[in-house]
Amino acid sequence: MARRKFEAIGSTADIAFLLLCYFLMTTTMGDQSGLQRRLPPIPDSEQVQDQKVNRRNIIIVRINSADKLFAGSEAMDISILKDKIKEFLTNPTNDPNLPEKEPVEKNGKTYMKSKGVISLQNDRGTSYQAYIAVQNELVKAVNELRDDFSRANFGKKFSRLTEEEQAIVKDVVPQNISEAEPKDTGKK
Amino acid sequence: MSKFGNSTNKKEVPQASSNSLSDIVFMLLFFFMVTTQMRETEQKVKVTMPVASEVAKLERKDLSANINIGSPTLQYQAKYGTDARIQLNDSFKSVNDIRDFIAAERDAMSEAERSLMTVNLRVDQDVRMGIVSDVKQELRRCSALKIMYAARKPQKD
Repeated sequence: MARRKFEAIGSTADIAFLLLCYFLMTTTMGDQSGLQRRLPPIPDSEQVQDQKVNRRNIIIVRINSADKLFAGSEAMDISILKDKIKEFLTNPTNDPNLPEKEPVEKNGKTYMKSKGVISLQNDRGTSYQAYIAVQNELVKAVNELRDDFSRANFGKKFSRLTEEEQAIVKDVVPQNISEAEPKDTGKK
Repeated sequence: MSKFGNSTNKKEVPQASSNSLSDIVFMLLFFFMVTTQMRETEQKVKVTMPVASEVAKLERKDLSANINIGSPTLQYQAKYGTDARIQLNDSFKSVNDIRDFIAAERDAMSEAERSLMTVNLRVDQDVRMGIVSDVKQELRRCSALKIMYAARKPQKD
């Protein structure tokens, strides 16, 4: 009697092993992460006029076909792009060449919101790796600004705020990255 | 000597320990069933995702449509060459097929969730931006505006 009982358990283990192998072969680990973006909708022909942005409010970040990076009008290394963007978006010295700020009121408090927009342009020959590296730096700059803002106004890191507070911070420090229409310069 | 000669005593000891084996295997099985997802398509292009430190997780995996862009894997190189290609579902497609693909993905979702659809762009890091821009323009035309550039986190050291 005892012997038969053990055999039954042994076969359950075998069946479970088979199932285990089946799942190991047919499934993948779910690790889908990335940089989330919203593409601009295709503009209607009437809307084109009011898309003009004041020149001081826009910074053009360009990556050319040799993966060289230009921000504003100067060539720069990717390691200093983040600080450049942060300076551009905060405009600490109220430089007339850097974006203007407008007051926005949230819950009775007034915050200064930058009107700056980052325009990211790439070439058809730009490598995807360089493109993502630049995108990543831009997101990092905005994330750090959000963290600074949260610390200054709520005394906590952005990720530890409540949902309403996060919504306020997101509104005051928006992620204004515009991905321009591709330009056909340089040969592929 | 009588101690070693006793065969009945010898047999019972090892057999008792196999009881827990099935429990352990079942636990492993459940772990894999919960943490993994079905591999729905065969990878026909090689995708090595670029590294980005600021990645965010995709919350609703069931609401995403995957577009793979990369150079074909070895077995397909004879037929399709090594130039970057777009893979939708199980086959190589061109930019013009994206419209139908997005429409089909939309149809598979419930009405309320359609606006939440994210297009997951899984692009190889060596691909040139030209093809990616074409895909992005086409997605704008289909008004599938929520996209995600798939990337992996840098290894911590």
